[in-house]
Amino acid sequence: MSLVEAAFREHRGPLMATLVAELRSFDLAEESLQDAFAAAAQQWPVDGVPRRPAGWLLSVARRRAVDRRRREETLVRYLPLLITSPGEAPERDDSLALLFACCHPALGQESRVALTLRFVAGLTVPEIARLFLVPDTTMAARLTRAKQKIRTAGIPVRFPAPDDLPGRVSAVLSVLYLLFTEGYRSYRDEVAGEAIRLARMLPAEPETTGLLALMLLQHSRRRARRRDGQLVLLADQDRTEWNAAEIAEALILLATPGVEDGPYRLQALIAAHHAVDQKDWVSIAALYQQLDDLTGSPVVRLNRAVAVLEAYGPQAALELLEGLTEQMPRNHHLPAARGEMLRRLGDHEAAAREFTHAAELAPTATERDFLIKKAETGTG
Amino acid sequence: MKYALLMYSVEKSWAEADEATREKVYAAHGRFSELLASRDAERGGEELALSNTATTVRVQGGEHLMTDGPYAETAEQLGGFYLVEARDLDEALEFARHLATVEDIIEVRPVVEHPAG
Repeated sequence: MSLVEAAFREHRGPLMATLVAELRSFDLAEESLQDAFAAAAQQWPVDGVPRRPAGWLLSVARRRAVDRRRREETLVRYLPLLITSPGEAPERDDSLALLFACCHPALGQESRVALTLRFVAGLTVPEIARLFLVPDTTMAARLTRAKQKIRTAGIPVRFPAPDDLPGRVSAVLSVLYLLFTEGYRSYRDEVAGEAIRLARMLPAEPETTGLLALMLLQHSRRRARRRDGQLVLLADQDRTEWNAAEIAEALILLATPGVEDGPYRLQALIAAHHAVDQKDWVSIAALYQQLDDLTGSPVVRLNRAVAVLEAYGPQAALELLEGLTEQMPRNHHLPAARGEMLRRLGDHEAAAREFTHAAELAPTATERDFLIKKAETGTG
Repeated sequence: MKYALLMYSVEKSWAEADEATREKVYAAHGRFSELLASRDAERGGEELALSNTATTVRVQGGEHLMTDGPYAETAEQLGGFYLVEARDLDEALEFARHLATVEDIIEVRPVVEHPAG
């Protein structure tokens, strides 16, 4: 890796944040920063790397921004504000301010995620488009619209006011978790890692800490969850491949009791049970019940029922599944779970019917074959 | 930046409100005006008469067509607006949150400011 590439990796994010905060324009910040890195690629190999690379890059980017604005002949009155002494390093890290702007509740959820990936995580438009399975042009248009709204509506690039903070933090958390799950789902470890890095920067509130712990626990299994391009189920994973340091960090984060456990912290506590291989199903079922009460999500109810099956047996578990079919008629996990519960009750005929139905709904051939086999043997 | 705070309410409930209810709403608007004044943020605003007094004009096939009533016949109707000067969207939204305790729906729209001259 060249010195300029190394500087790009290290400084791009914070510099982008500082420039957006100063220039109040994503486009201008992006273009000027590109200019500065291009200048570095030319000058550093000849003149040597400056003593403070970030400061050097920032002052070059600012000068280029002034040039560009002068060419545009707009906002001339701001020019004196932008010309500062050369070599001055960024005084503060504006990354958080930029993150809060990208995740502003006045923007749609899709725009928030796209903006965060583009301007905070530094992914390219084609990379983001691939992640969300949309054409490049669609993603480019979405970003343009979002940038336009930030500018025209006056969405501020700064740390939110104290009164606004709880709502704004929770908007950021949901974007970070989506970023993480998208990265996790598509095996893009660096995207998932970026979500973790950003979560670390936020003030340490219980739900932030909970989300960080949850992501660390899932991320710690990245090496073990894939073998020869195939997904490896949790139970079959080689635990020595798990990242012990990340699991330890998550457990320490969770050791401080929360005042009131929020959804992220509860999910992290459940994940922690799986990470330490102590299948305390009674505790897991209790955590799922709290999460169920908080979220009312049918997926949570299903997971709760599976925990209850292990903790209290099939009858209690089956009762929890009542009414779920209407809420998620296409979900194959639901009839599969019901089949397992019926099988344990000894009703093999009904169990086979549920497994067959689950097989019909299964999205992948692997799962379909697995469920058909369960339906046929009736023994699991 | 300048913003318009557009207030939408279920018209029927306002039309049928008794005197005491109306007084309470007007008092709340009075307090909101004071908040704006304390921040030097008020740039104007009006209450609009009920939408059944509206006349909508459009050109169709080269002719001016007039219809009795508002542009969109919805339960919620534009009932008034404030023009405010705010530092950024966050401050404008703070004003909107105050207003939302009085009116049903507040739409916050940035005002396009054309350079002078």
